[in-house]
Amino acid sequence: MTDHPLPTAGADPVPIRRRRALAPSRDGRPWTFYVLATLFTLYVIALYGPMVCIYILSFQDVRGGLVFPMRGTSLHWFVDLFTQVRTGDVKGAFSRSIRLAVVVTIITVVISFMSGLAFRKRFAGDSVVFYLMIGSLVAPGLVLGIGVGLICNVIGIETSWYTTALGAQLSWTLPFGVLVMFAVISRLNNAWEEAARDLGASAWQTTLLVIVPILAPGLVAVALFGFTLSYDEFTRSLLTAGSLNTLPLEIWSMTLNVTSPSLYALGTVTTLISFVIIGVCLGTIARIQKRRAAGPAAH
Amino acid sequence: MESKAKGGRSNAGWLLILPLVLILVPFFVVPIIGVVVASFVQSDGFGGIIPSFTLENYKGVFTSGLTYQLYWATLKFSVFAWIFSLLIGFWIAYFLVFHVRNPLLALGLFLICTVPFWTSNIIRMISWIPLLGKEGLINSALIKTHVIDQPLDVLLFSSLAVVIAYVHQLTIFMIVPIFNSMARIDKRTIEAARDAGASRFEIVRFIVLPLCKTGIALGSIFVVSIVMGDFFVVKVMSGGGSASVVGAFYEDIGVLQYPTAAASATILTIIVLLLVVTILRTVDIRKELTR
Repeated sequence: MTDHPLPTAGADPVPIRRRRALAPSRDGRPWTFYVLATLFTLYVIALYGPMVCIYILSFQDVRGGLVFPMRGTSLHWFVDLFTQVRTGDVKGAFSRSIRLAVVVTIITVVISFMSGLAFRKRFAGDSVVFYLMIGSLVAPGLVLGIGVGLICNVIGIETSWYTTALGAQLSWTLPFGVLVMFAVISRLNNAWEEAARDLGASAWQTTLLVIVPILAPGLVAVALFGFTLSYDEFTRSLLTAGSLNTLPLEIWSMTLNVTSPSLYALGTVTTLISFVIIGVCLGTIARIQKRRAAGPAAH
Repeated sequence: MESKAKGGRSNAGWLLILPLVLILVPFFVVPIIGVVVASFVQSDGFGGIIPSFTLENYKGVFTSGLTYQLYWATLKFSVFAWIFSLLIGFWIAYFLVFHVRNPLLALGLFLICTVPFWTSNIIRMISWIPLLGKEGLINSALIKTHVIDQPLDVLLFSSLAVVIAYVHQLTIFMIVPIFNSMARIDKRTIEAARDAGASRFEIVRFIVLPLCKTGIALGSIFVVSIVMGDFFVVKVMSGGGSASVVGAFYEDIGVLQYPTAAASATILTIIVLLLVVTILRTVDIRKELTR
C-alpha cells in the first residue's frame, strides 16, 4: 500500500517511548484535537464571515456605503437593483442564468452518467478520452473562450449565451460531473447488475430499474455540481456569451462600475438562490438515504 | 466467447462515451487548435487576421520583459495559494477524518466546508471588501484597540488580498480530495502503527501522508490550474497593482490583437499542462479514481 516500510511489531526496536508519545489528555482527547478544532473553527469563520458581512450590509438604507457601520435598515438596495437602469439588466441576466443552468444540469447529469458507465470497462481510446477530460478541466477558461470566439468568427456564427456559452460551460461541468460519477460508481456492486440480468432483465431495464435507482443520490450530487458550476461560471462565458450577459458577467461589470450596496444586494440574492438549490439537492439525497435505511424494515 | 463479449462491450463503451466526446471536441479540442493556429498568423491591426505563417507573435511575447514579470507574478501567487491551501486543507481534512468521532457529525462539518464552493466566486471575493478595506472591520478594530493609529493599506488592493482571496476560494479544492483519500485509510493500519510504537508525527509522516498522495495531487492540480488561469481575482483584489498572464492577453483581446493574445494563450496552456502532467506523474490518478 505504501512505499515506506511500516514499523512492524516483531522487528521494532523502539517500543520504549510509545506510551508517553501517545498519552491522551484526561478526557481522552489528544492535544492535537484542540489545536485542530481551533483551526477548523477559524477556517469556518473565515469562510462564512465575509459573506455574512455583505448580506448584512445589503440591508442598509439609502445612505448605505460599502463598509461598516450599518447605516439604517431597509430593502432599498434590492429595489434599486431590479429597477435602476445604471445597474444593468439584472432581471434578464437572472432569467438567462437560471435557464442556462437548468439545461446544463440536465445535459451534465445524462452525459456524466453515460460516461461513468462507459469508464467502468476499458474501451479503445479510453485513456485519450480521460485525458481530454482532464485537459478540459485544467485548461485556462479564457483560452477556451478565445478559441471558441475565433472559431465562430471563422465559420461565421454569432456567439450567444444559449449556444456557445452553453457548450463552453459543458466543457467545464462535464469533467466535474464525470469525476463525481467515478466516486459514485466505485461503490456500485457488479453483482446487482448480474442478478438483474440473470432474472431476465434487458440491458435497458437493468440500467433504468437497477442502476439508476441505486445511483440516484450520486446523480443528484452531479446535478448539484452541474447547476451551481453553470450558474456561477464566469471565465468561460466571458467571451462566449455574446451580447447578452449571464448573471456572473453582470456581477463582474457591476464590480468594476457600481460602488453602492446594490452590488451586495445582488450578492445576497444570488447566494440565496444557490443556497436553495444546495438545500434542495442535499435534502433529496438525505431523504433517499433515509428511505433506504428504513427500506428493509418495511418489507 | 470471452473475446466476443469483450468486443460487444467495447462498442457499448464507445456509444456511452460518444456524447462526452461530442461536447469535448467542439468546445475543448477545436478551440485549443484554433488558438494555436491563430498564434502563428499575422494580425492586420484592425482585429482581422492575415492567413500567412509567422513566428512574430511568439517573438514579441518572448522578447518582452513584461512577459517574464507577468509569469513571475502569476507563479508567485500560485505557489502561495498552493502552500496555504494545502496546509489548511490537509489539517482540516485530518481533523474531520481522524478527530471527529461521530461520522454523521464529520459529514455535517464537511458539508459546512463545501457549501460555499457551490456559491458565486465573485461574490465571495468582493465580500472581503468590508473587512479588509481602509475603513473595514479589521482596520477599525486595530485602531480601536490602539494596535495601529493609521489604517493599514496593505490589507485590501494588495498582493496580500489576492492571496487571501485565492486561499478563501481554493482551500475547498484541497479539502475534498484529501478528505476522500483519508476516509479510505483503514483505521486498523493506524492502530497497528500506534501499537508498534509510532509517534503521532510518524503516523502522519509515514502512513497518512503517503496514502493521501492522490488527494493532494488532485487538489494541487485544481489550485495551480485555477490560479494560473485566473485574472479576475488579481484584477479586483490587487486594485490594479498586480497583473496576471491571463489578464494581459484579455487586454490584447480588448484591443483586437488576436494573434498576440493567441500566442500568450498557447504558451500559458502549455505551461499549465506541463505542470499538471508533472503532478500526474507522481500518482496514477485514473486508477485511483475509477477503483
